Amino acid sequence: MAQFLIENHFLPVWPWLAYTLAALVQIFFIVNLVAVGALLFIWMERKISGRIQDRLGPTRVGGKFGWLQTLADGLKLLTKEDLMPDGADEFLFKIAPYVSFCASLSAFMAIPFAGGDYPFVALHLNAAVFFILAVIGLEVFGVILAGYSSASKWSLFGAMREAAQVVSYEVPLGMCAVVPVLLAGSMDLVVIGDRQAGGFWNWYIFHDPGTFVTFWVYFTCATASVNRAPFDLAEAESELVAGFHTEYSGLRWSFFFMAEYGSMLAVSLLASILFLGGWNGPIPIAHMLGLTFQHGLWWGIAGNFLGTVNLINKGVIGVTVMMWVRWTLPRLRIDQVITTCLKYCVPIAAVSFLFVTWWQYALPNGLFVPQTPEAYSVREQWRNQPETTPKPAANASAQNARMQMVTTSVAPEGVN
Amino acid sequence: MDAPIYWPSVFFFLFAGLACAFALAVVISPNIVRMAFYLVLSLASTAGLFFLAGADFVGAMQIMIYVGGTLVLLVFGVMLTSQDRFISMKTSAFDMGLALGVGICFFLLLWYAALSVPGWRGITVEQANAVQLQPTASPIGMGLLGARVDAPDRSGYLLVFEIISIHLLVVLIGAAYLARARRRKTLLLE
Repeated sequence: MAQFLIENHFLPVWPWLAYTLAALVQIFFIVNLVAVGALLFIWMERKISGRIQDRLGPTRVGGKFGWLQTLADGLKLLTKEDLMPDGADEFLFKIAPYVSFCASLSAFMAIPFAGGDYPFVALHLNAAVFFILAVIGLEVFGVILAGYSSASKWSLFGAMREAAQVVSYEVPLGMCAVVPVLLAGSMDLVVIGDRQAGGFWNWYIFHDPGTFVTFWVYFTCATASVNRAPFDLAEAESELVAGFHTEYSGLRWSFFFMAEYGSMLAVSLLASILFLGGWNGPIPIAHMLGLTFQHGLWWGIAGNFLGTVNLINKGVIGVTVMMWVRWTLPRLRIDQVITTCLKYCVPIAAVSFLFVTWWQYALPNGLFVPQTPEAYSVREQWRNQPETTPKPAANASAQNARMQMVTTSVAPEGVN
Repeated sequence: MDAPIYWPSVFFFLFAGLACAFALAVVISPNIVRMAFYLVLSLASTAGLFFLAGADFVGAMQIMIYVGGTLVLLVFGVMLTSQDRFISMKTSAFDMGLALGVGICFFLLLWYAALSVPGWRGITVEQANAVQLQPTASPIGMGLLGARVDAPDRSGYLLVFEIISIHLLVVLIGAAYLARARRRKTLLLE
């Protein structure tokens, strides 16, 4: 965004102002997405659980659907006494909810909300998929700290279970996320999203049977890695009181919940970008209306806004499915959780990874389009061009600059 | 406004200072779980340094492997094994002095090594601004597959990569074999 402000002559004079503004606006949007999202999701959770259990859910606060119920909850939490057990490790006990929340929030920094020439992303990382998977896994650290520092055996057991679960589910989650990376040839989420442009038949979930299976495995593992039922062993009420947050109350407790809902949204958005076309709608309406960067800057930005709406809708649908699953399925036992991961998710993910590799090798044009010799030709043409680029990518000039930089750093006297 | 602040340097000193401060806190803190916590923060600040240098793949790797994996396991192990007398450890003055001596020696070695590099001051601000940030993941991947883009002869690290992969696979299988629950045949016979 700073680059956008500078390049389009709004703030070319003061780049520092552009960078500061961009940072402030981005963090404003991200914090609000997580916080307002949590407000909405907690209300949705109540309504959905109510309907599934043949109740009405909240009906009174804020008019017809009880849509201000979460605000009332928040007020109640604010007025609660901030308790801490006597034997607790004070510093760690106090800081644990913030660690969880920060980890959940940082994942949003690298999630693009629209692509194109000026992608709507706070931090355009080249290895965004990897970064997000790494950061989402950090949320467990706050949980472990909370469980340990509470000086309560229920908390400690909850934290232990969560650590075991998250560590084991990261394996199939990573294997599933590798499949779209393989298809797009990039770990950049902007590239992965843009490769799926133009109609739902281009989405990676419909690319071949292997990716279709992979998507469901990914969704299962994502549900497990954010500790939602049926995998919510860490806070199993019937066994562990409330698991790792037994001793928490008030605002600290609510930070854990904001982190949980933030992570749910993050993994759903990641699933949307990796498999469900990201900001590309089922029908390329923005493209038909000409809202692309070829027609001008502001057209493209308008199209990007539509794309953001698309992506957030997909993410909210993903979160809704997680809630639906939560209130439908019973909780698994801890051995069943680990069995699901190691005996089902990992082998299925591995086999579908191999299948997708084979498919990409044998049928690069898909099943319905005849295969052409061009489709079979290997993309890595760097071998024929000894001096320049590793890949004939769009950033060829950038690669050239890198080559020069490398050669000069090999010979330092050339620098000075 | 004659000399504008060079923000990358500011952030470098911020992250470097945080990494050093938390590393010191690891040494000074007597509580073993807090040590692990400070270690996580120190390693995360190091990841911040990598991101600042434009090596986002290595930075994410640092978060994934050190901050995420190792420390979850460390805390796991620490929390499972720490009995009362190990939770808070008092370091004796002799140990502290010994560690200080070794630390100072190592620091001097690093200092000497850093100064002996001809271009240790790095490049000027103008040169730094001229450098464009490059994707780091694909050159690393190409290098591991035996085709370095920055070497003239394209010599890569395919053999090393394969050996390490096989080694890790063996370690994983061995760990699974050691950790699996064995059936007690003798008990069944009785």
